[in-house]
Amino acid sequence: MNTFKLGLLRGRMEVKVFMRGRESVVFTLLFPVLLLFIFGSVFKDTIAPGVTFSQYFVAGMVASGLVNTGFQQLAITIPMEREFGTLKRLRGRPISVAAYFIGKAYLVIILMILQTALLLGAGAAFFGLNLPTQASKWFTFTWLILLGSACSTVLGIAFSVVPKSGRGASAVVSPIVIILQFFSGVFFVFSQLPGWMQHFAALFPLKWLTQGMRSVFLPDSFASQEVAKNWELGRTSFILVLWLLVGLVISIKTFKWSKE
Amino acid sequence: MNTSASSNIAPQIAIQIKGLVKKYGDKFAVAGIDLTVAKGEIFALLGPNGAGKTTTVEILEGFRNLTSGEVKVLDFDPATKGEAGRKWRNRIGIVLQATIDAADLSVQETVEHFAHYYENPRDVNEVIDAVGLREKANEHARNFSGGQRRRLDVALGIIGSPELLFLDEPTTGFDPEARRAFWDLINKLRSEGTTIFLTTHYLDEAEALADRVGVITNGKIIEIATPATLGNRANAPARITWFENNKVNEIESINPTSEVQKLISRFDGEVPQLQVIRPNLEDIYLRMIGENR
Repeated sequence: MNTFKLGLLRGRMEVKVFMRGRESVVFTLLFPVLLLFIFGSVFKDTIAPGVTFSQYFVAGMVASGLVNTGFQQLAITIPMEREFGTLKRLRGRPISVAAYFIGKAYLVIILMILQTALLLGAGAAFFGLNLPTQASKWFTFTWLILLGSACSTVLGIAFSVVPKSGRGASAVVSPIVIILQFFSGVFFVFSQLPGWMQHFAALFPLKWLTQGMRSVFLPDSFASQEVAKNWELGRTSFILVLWLLVGLVISIKTFKWSKE
Repeated sequence: MNTSASSNIAPQIAIQIKGLVKKYGDKFAVAGIDLTVAKGEIFALLGPNGAGKTTTVEILEGFRNLTSGEVKVLDFDPATKGEAGRKWRNRIGIVLQATIDAADLSVQETVEHFAHYYENPRDVNEVIDAVGLREKANEHARNFSGGQRRRLDVALGIIGSPELLFLDEPTTGFDPEARRAFWDLINKLRSEGTTIFLTTHYLDEAEALADRVGVITNGKIIEIATPATLGNRANAPARITWFENNKVNEIESINPTSEVQKLISRFDGEVPQLQVIRPNLEDIYLRMIGENR
């Protein structure tokens, strides 16, 4: 069987295993919806004419969903697979590392679709979320999801060599993600954050993904309230592609099947 | 002597190891091993923990690189990467030392999934039957006992119809009945022509299965022989015990038959509680390990 088909086969198996793990389903898929309920219930004011905080928050949560389902999920589960010998067992078989990576990317895309559908559905049903009507906005949405998933997948695989043990992986990875979420304007309005925080966040993909998602879910008039007075979609795609390439090179160079 | 003769022999060799050395820092994990395993043979590598068993096996399996020496497995360098390496892996089966992997997949799903990796897989249901997991086929490995999980490992080791199967301590955690069933399975694989390279802590297992055994200590193979002749076992002194003068008497002799004859003539018939005890493989093995410590 060729690498791509084997990768999809692995992907379908990964989705099946994921869906059977109750903790991972609740934590990865339902947690963002839970956060939406909490933040949406607490902050009821509008942050600009016609823009509720919920509208702003959903854009940020869709973007951080890319980081949760890709980077965070993989950087926690791959060290566990390494520790439990799952990867070593795979290494002894006629399957390439590329097929394994494709399987992971498939899992991330499927999770991302489910999570986004849940968020947008809950937002529209309970918090008056306005979904975009222009085709161009959905086009931006689609490439952000695809590029963001790919970027997040390779960075998760690349980072998976950092945690020293499977058990400790969550403690290493989760704080990084939470801090990035605070710095990147997921929980707060980005333009109101201190300058140093904005500059720091601009080094990483999440800030660009959230800003890109705001361009999808917020009216174009809001662009003037961004730090750059502009959605910066060109720059966003450039930075995401850069991180994708960096992550791809690092993950290919450093990937280990076992702990030795 | 004759090159054409040796090239005729070569296809009959499954594993060839010449001067294998593996160093970690300046410590020798494997300190010069030479070994040839024939096709269709069951070879058992015995040795205490830390002797170099697993290092050797993992070099043969392609998991570790060697420091020096030469290794050929099915006439192929196991360290080869890429497409050629995968083609080779299609021909071997590996059962690693106990894994604690517990995916939420049933036996049926797991075996079916892994069957897709191979060009010429065995029938999924046949494999599940062969390892005795039919009744557990729809249960998840998460809830399995150690022995049941081990049987799943074995199923995944043989699903690709390997020409050569590596078994690293395969029956750890088996109850006696499961171990017997496993031995039957191995003998069935042997009759189909599968070469098997086994490491085990159970000497009775090596004796029941292996055509030849090798004993490794401190990174060196100290002897390779059939289970019956290892450590000069065939000629080793036997213990003779019998009951006389209200106690059990014992002598050791390399000629137990003539000793028994003497006893028979002395007692003029039945010798009370007579036993002739040949050293078992475990006695021989422990003596060899003790001498080489």
